[in-house]
Amino acid sequence: MRSIIPVLTVVAAIMALWYAAAVPMNAPWAYDVAKRADIELTFTDLVAATWSQDKPKLPAPHQVGVELWETTVQKNITSKRSLVYHAWITLSATLLGFGMGTVLGIMLAVGIVYNRVMDMSVMPWVIASQTIPILALAPMIIVVLNAVGISGLLPKAVISMYLSFFPVVVGMVKGLRSPEVMQLDQMHTWNASASQTFWKLRLPASMPYLFTSLKVAMAASLVGAIVGELPTGAISGLGARLLAGSYYGQTIQIWSALVMAAALAAVMVALIGLIQRIVLKRMGMAT
Amino acid sequence: MTAAVQTKRPAWMGWALVALAFAMAAALDLRLVPVLAIWVGGWVVNALIAQRSAARWGGYIIPVIFGVTLLLMWEVGERLFEISDVLLPAPSEIAARFWLSRDILWVDFVQTVIKGALSGFVMGCGAAFLLAVVIDRFPFLQLGLLPVGNFVAALPIVGMAPILVMWFGFDWQSKAAVVVVMVFFPMLVNTVQGLQSSDAMQRDLMRTYAAGYWQTLLKLRLPAAMPFIFNGLKIASTLALIGAIVAEFFGSPIKGMGFRISTSVGQLALDLVWAEIVVAATVGSAFYGGIALLERVVTFWHPSQRGRT
Repeated sequence: MRSIIPVLTVVAAIMALWYAAAVPMNAPWAYDVAKRADIELTFTDLVAATWSQDKPKLPAPHQVGVELWETTVQKNITSKRSLVYHAWITLSATLLGFGMGTVLGIMLAVGIVYNRVMDMSVMPWVIASQTIPILALAPMIIVVLNAVGISGLLPKAVISMYLSFFPVVVGMVKGLRSPEVMQLDQMHTWNASASQTFWKLRLPASMPYLFTSLKVAMAASLVGAIVGELPTGAISGLGARLLAGSYYGQTIQIWSALVMAAALAAVMVALIGLIQRIVLKRMGMAT
Repeated sequence: MTAAVQTKRPAWMGWALVALAFAMAAALDLRLVPVLAIWVGGWVVNALIAQRSAARWGGYIIPVIFGVTLLLMWEVGERLFEISDVLLPAPSEIAARFWLSRDILWVDFVQTVIKGALSGFVMGCGAAFLLAVVIDRFPFLQLGLLPVGNFVAALPIVGMAPILVMWFGFDWQSKAAVVVVMVFFPMLVNTVQGLQSSDAMQRDLMRTYAAGYWQTLLKLRLPAAMPFIFNGLKIASTLALIGAIVAEFFGSPIKGMGFRISTSVGQLALDLVWAEIVVAATVGSAFYGGIALLERVVTFWHPSQRGRT
């Protein structure tokens, strides 16, 4: 709690910087307009002009705020111009991809922990798969899946899945191996079968690791869904808003989509954090 | 790390399962049989090696065999099932295309990797490092900036790409700017954490030596921070390539890997796309590997490095 004041100070400083930066960045356009209208700009006029342009280079925070308010609260949720609608499109792809990635990651991790050959052959490739810029594959995945007749949600979800399975694999492998030799021996003395050891010792022990990696996976998954919307010229979703905004120079629209994406990421990660707290508390593992 | 658990099923059960899989494959489609055979073959070889050798080379050869197995399955499968090249070219076709268009690939490599990713990586990591040293001196900034930095590091920063392309133009400068923004926060958070990682005892020792701030920084805290800094650099290395490529989707001159990928997908020239991906994968792995190698040299004293022989 003691960090609230410093955090607020930093946020306020960022806001001030943002407003300050908007003046010089938008000034050329403001001067241009003034010149054509033959008006001499005073400093206050200039500042007012730079903070209220239609297509500014850098929109001021309050402009983004107004745009956000207009496109979320004042629009019908089902309307194509509502940011909530676009956010939902992206979020559904994110969640589907996140779910698939988590399942795939857990399955791979179980295989890796229980099978030595898989550990030695698959694990290096799992790590290598993340050093290649997978987002470069995104356009191809989408086009190829489209050609096979799969379109809409799934191609985006596949990209999200690819980005999100890795943290889960790494975290779960660590987690499933986290029981100590002593604890494993204890299971032996109780004559526990392999599946009992898994369900009653390894899986519960891995939970803290799982939740930590789920948070990373969720953030990665959202990035995947947004980038997945770029190359196909999708017409809905936050990525599509970014793309359309950059085509038509609608900077305010871009910024509001960005803020929306940030809020989505924050809410989803916070939600996982909440579930983590509840689950760990009920398991008696809360710290 | 504990050793992988060995299940004690009799060997014949495994073979029975394999036989069953073959029977099912043959029933479904005869062409599945050779593909499956390659898979089983590679797996058996790997299993034999894994059983036999605790030798060090097993750790290198097994993943290689696994990769080759996958490539073979891809090649054979593509030919047997006659999958159209528009959907999925065979590895051999990709290799041929790679060789034919190496000058295009080189131009794209220079544009995206050298000009975009590398320059942005150096600027972003350098700036983050310097700011981290400054932050470290002021506890107030630490308390304020770290949560914000952690929050920003989790955001989908790639979304900044269209804005930065608008500000800095279509050429490599805007790509470098995207990379700077992407690598900045992970690097900042890691460096700040690293600078705090020396413990009180060690700092007290420096004080008894009458070491000043700079001496403590250079001789104790920076070396102690190295494992964290390298962690940040590793994360940044993968982000840098992603940033440079994705930024090109939003507009670029008529060269660059992202540009080539998005236009070639439009022309359904998927072999060229795959060739670009091969380049990207090689560069990414080499970049990451280089940093890992450097880390081993610089932080030879750290337990995670001493552990492996």
